[in-house]
Amino acid sequence: MKTADRGLAQPGAGLVSSLARGDVDPDRVLPLHRDPRHLLGLEGLDRAGILALLDAAETFRARLRTGGMPFDDLRGVTVLLGFFEDSTRTRVSFELAARHLGATVTTLTTAGSAISKGESLYDTVQNVRAMGVDLVVVRHVASGAPYFLARHLDVSVINAGDGRHEHPTQGLLDLMTLRDAWQGRFEGRRLALVGDIAHSRVARSAIFGLRALGASVTIVGPRTLLPAGISELGCTLASTVEEAMEGADAVMALRLQRERMDGGLLPSLGEFSRVWGLTPERVRLLNRDAVVLHPGPMNRGVEVTAEVADSERSVILDQVQNGVALRCAVLARCAAARPARGFDRASIRPNREVA
Amino acid sequence: MRPITLIRNARHWRTGARVDLGFREGLIVENPGAREAGSVIEAEGLMVAPGLVDLHAHLREPGQSVKETIATGTRAAAAGGFTSVCCMPNTQPVLDAAVQVEWVRERAAAVGFCRVHPIGAVTMGQQGEQLAPAMALRNAGAVALSDDGRPVVKASIMRRALEYALHAGLPIVCHEEDPSLKGEGVMNEGFTSTRLGLRGIPNAAESVMARRDVELAALTGGRVHLAHLSCAESLEALRDAKRRGLAVTGETCPHYWTLTDEAVGEFDTAARMNPPLRSAADRDAVIAAIADGTLDCFATDHAPHTADEKRAPFDQAPDGIVGLETALALTLTFLVKPGHLTLERALDLWTDEPRRVFGLRPVRLEPGDQADLVLIDPDAEWTVDPERFQSKGRNTPFAGWRVSGRALATVCGGRLTHVDPAVHVARARRDAAADPAAR
Repeated sequence: MKTADRGLAQPGAGLVSSLARGDVDPDRVLPLHRDPRHLLGLEGLDRAGILALLDAAETFRARLRTGGMPFDDLRGVTVLLGFFEDSTRTRVSFELAARHLGATVTTLTTAGSAISKGESLYDTVQNVRAMGVDLVVVRHVASGAPYFLARHLDVSVINAGDGRHEHPTQGLLDLMTLRDAWQGRFEGRRLALVGDIAHSRVARSAIFGLRALGASVTIVGPRTLLPAGISELGCTLASTVEEAMEGADAVMALRLQRERMDGGLLPSLGEFSRVWGLTPERVRLLNRDAVVLHPGPMNRGVEVTAEVADSERSVILDQVQNGVALRCAVLARCAAARPARGFDRASIRPNREVA
Repeated sequence: MRPITLIRNARHWRTGARVDLGFREGLIVENPGAREAGSVIEAEGLMVAPGLVDLHAHLREPGQSVKETIATGTRAAAAGGFTSVCCMPNTQPVLDAAVQVEWVRERAAAVGFCRVHPIGAVTMGQQGEQLAPAMALRNAGAVALSDDGRPVVKASIMRRALEYALHAGLPIVCHEEDPSLKGEGVMNEGFTSTRLGLRGIPNAAESVMARRDVELAALTGGRVHLAHLSCAESLEALRDAKRRGLAVTGETCPHYWTLTDEAVGEFDTAARMNPPLRSAADRDAVIAAIADGTLDCFATDHAPHTADEKRAPFDQAPDGIVGLETALALTLTFLVKPGHLTLERALDLWTDEPRRVFGLRPVRLEPGDQADLVLIDPDAEWTVDPERFQSKGRNTPFAGWRVSGRALATVCGGRLTHVDPAVHVARARRDAAADPAAR
């Protein structure tokens, strides 16, 4: 039925929620997620697709370590970094990755762009597309903004973090880091995810990615920061941080933003760090050889004590380093899958719906 | 005297009997004979019913004619089988003065394709502070009061509004939403909002206000009509009010019995509306409340927007979908076909019941009644194609759906306001004045 093609549920069909249970065809329900030109989220990616990206990232990591840059994998490819929300790590990491691969790179931020003059996101990116951009890496405060671009513009889109939805390249670099720590085996492993799940795009990508690879995820945090129906994503809820961390193979602390105190979500930072912070005592509950991750930027003394952040178990800087190699792999995959076009007239036909 | 227009061989929506119906000068006549007929509409195989009534539509005029106009909105209504539409006052300017209400009625009389009954604002500018002049609004033709889209936040103001509206004898149509519980939510709070990282709106945002207004109806004796109910808890509040014998009525819309929040899929703005699409359990509760008579009637919440406005990231897109041209089919396909309602009862919920709730003149297709009627083929299968809508709005989550049931001809006040090419209209006399399709 045509409605299913659009991802719409006919009454009673329950299409999308059953995706987490794996009994529907994701190509039909999530056509944009599954299009190899884009990387919009880890939801809907299967084990083979994720492992292929991780393998490619390892190859890039080896090449980057050997040196002899730049490479020419992306020669002739124009990449726009559209960062409509503040970012340091992700933007620099994408820019380095694209330049290492020989792409032409240009950066657009909200400040100083036409967006600040009231131009719509659609028009801005459409204009940039007309200038011959092949690939747009987008960071945006609105959940779903990269989907919007993928649906309405004939261009490859990589999600560099959209609102509180997904941050797929972060999710993949976390998987890459965990694969190293776990000697390549995901089955039977467990990650404890601690803190502000509701506002975290990192949490969603981690959950989707780890579930696809056969690992399990336990989440814990203040009830005010746990979104409705989170366990239906395929993870277990723990009632205390100790319960979540006991015997886990890794723990990831999520960044707590200070403005969360305003909406009545939390009494105080001190209370949060006492009840949910990663302390050396709690880290000792983990399995032997378990690692500590943090997507950054860190609030030392809030989600994680300085002692834990700087301990041997911490792989926080490995995450950052893996980020560059991983983004090389993602850029290369999307560039290879894009239709061969670029600076041509076809790209400037307005209102072209590609979804 | 003008000639009669005759509808021949239709099936009566209540009795199922084969009937010939004639009307002249806007009124249904007794025992029409074919010899007096100026025009004859062959209705073999079609059902004749009173014209549908929509208690809740946004016609967008004055002020937002880029989205819809009274002309296009009422044309859409006629195409959907409606002969009366009650339009919401959240226009620019707001319908909070007699002159605004009169303007809408005059405009509708001049360019409209159905009766338009304006709904006046509860408070000036829908600001929730100072009462709008209910008596003047009623005298100008308002059939109800509402601050739709902007709920009256202060309970004290709502109390006074309900008391004062009793003078005018008008119900207050309540868009139930606690703004602080809604927060910056853009869709139903649940698995799908969590999956997509979109801010959620809990059911309680609606039901808390519904409960409040039920209590205020008890306090004041005022008439409360709960608009577009979407969730189980609000339906429970309505049930409770009826058990207590309060003057509280309620409606729901086709999207709440056909869709769940999963329709948002991959951030599809066509599935964004307020109240939002809810869970499967809520959808089932809506169907149960329709079947057991808790809900008094249906409405569309027809809310047209331009393609440009809807072409935005999900949390920046406006709320609302168009509904006038899909309402009947979604009722017949998803309530009558699966056996939740009989066809007769389903039509009552679009005809008799809304007329009763707002105190509009009844239409029973008896001699002397106004000739507001619709010819329906309940089994006609068709595919929803927004490009063929009469409305300016194309924003619908139902594009591409196969549905059954269609209005093939609509007559409003004796005027043929919509006729499908499949219907044969024979014009016996070449008398332009007698042509019911003539303006």
